[in-house]
Amino acid sequence: MAFNTDKNSYTIIFSVLMVLVVGSLLAGVSSGLRENINANKKKEKQQNILFAMGITDPNDPSAFVPADQAKVLFDKYIGEDQFIVSGGTAEKTSDAFAIDIKKEGDKLKNDSNYQRRMPLFVGKKDGKQFYIVPVRGNGLWDAIWGYIALGGDFNTVEGAFFDHKGETPGLGANITEAYFRDDFIGERILSAAGEYKGIAVKKGNGDPKNERKDDNAVDALAGATITGNGVTAMIKKGLKLYLPYFETLKK
Amino acid sequence: MAEVTEDVKVEAPKEPLFSKKNRKLLSDPLTDNNPITIQVLGICSALAITAQLKPSIVMAISVIFVLGIGNVVISLMRNIIPSKIRIIVQLIVVAALVIIVDQVLKAFAYELSKQLSVFIGLIITNCIIMGRFEAFALGNGPWKSFLDGVGNAAGYGVLLVLVAFFRELLGSGTLFGFKVLGDPIEKTGLYAIGYENNGFMVLAPMALITVGIIIWIQRYKNPALIEE
Repeated sequence: MAFNTDKNSYTIIFSVLMVLVVGSLLAGVSSGLRENINANKKKEKQQNILFAMGITDPNDPSAFVPADQAKVLFDKYIGEDQFIVSGGTAEKTSDAFAIDIKKEGDKLKNDSNYQRRMPLFVGKKDGKQFYIVPVRGNGLWDAIWGYIALGGDFNTVEGAFFDHKGETPGLGANITEAYFRDDFIGERILSAAGEYKGIAVKKGNGDPKNERKDDNAVDALAGATITGNGVTAMIKKGLKLYLPYFETLKK
Repeated sequence: MAEVTEDVKVEAPKEPLFSKKNRKLLSDPLTDNNPITIQVLGICSALAITAQLKPSIVMAISVIFVLGIGNVVISLMRNIIPSKIRIIVQLIVVAALVIIVDQVLKAFAYELSKQLSVFIGLIITNCIIMGRFEAFALGNGPWKSFLDGVGNAAGYGVLLVLVAFFRELLGSGTLFGFKVLGDPIEKTGLYAIGYENNGFMVLAPMALITVGIIIWIQRYKNPALIEE
């Protein structure tokens, strides 16, 4: 070959060119596919929300509704009942997914006067109301998030769904398992005296069959203390933001 | 680590596309020079994703794509890559291809991409890919490299599917998610006469043991493969 490929200048020019070519190629692919990817992500959120209110795949009660039906079912059970809650008030919106919970939290961090906006989905199934609250927090390694469906009394949990980005497989990652999330069903977020408690993921709770529904706690996962604490904090902080609005609804 | 000796060199200017030598490039890795059982490369991902057939097949296809194209790209650039940074160049080629695969899966097969999530990223670290770049693509023409890449990735894929078949069948009693052995909860089919799924099969250690058994059978059938 004509080049002296061992020269330093050649090496540098080669790397610069390579970075430019690869960079623009990847940028092109990314922007070309972004629309599809975002549509898929939205479908997944709709599946999660439907799952939290107990709407699952008709053939497999432990699975999401099929992705191609997510939109249809979402429109059927939730439809236009999407709200943006800020403080004690809420306004109806056609797309509460547009609210990025993480960005809203960051805005609040930068500006303590910022009035945080939060998405709320209201579903109706068999004459029952479900108030589905998206929550987001930190696990051991990375973000965890979930959807908590509260019943019409704004106290009892009717369903929950949790997911994570990178918790340890077999330990923290088990928050996605049915045996963990099903424990939340029937638990209450207020104490008997009406004080806000959230739901704690508690070690030594001693309630494996989850018979005590009024203790504001579920059994923790073995070997996943920090992920469990993350779930506790996520629920406690996440639901608290909605309490002022729920109070106005109760009246 | 088992090092592979490549004696194929570009010499005949007018070789037919599918000459005997070229066919060997494609078929050898499927059997007597299998990347997993003989070269013992790419074990980590073979352990991780073979609990079910479907992700194994997608992983196999993704690796065939990445290694086939990657080998060609490296082979085309083999004379202009500065030797000082050749490993970095190889890494960037793999990384770029893997990101493309990842994005395409996210756009068109979202559920699968969620299942494979980490492992798609881990293709970058799959030793088969860097191994083939170093051992073959840097010294051979694009067509030969393509065949070698597809052959090795397919050899990897065949083993992945084989392991996944046994793990899914014995571990979950399903194939591609279909309950072929009956329903373990309703106690139908085999379960009616007391058969139970072996939960251990879905965990990584059993993948290692399954691979071990395959290696054993392969060497038993072909004693020439046994190292002294």
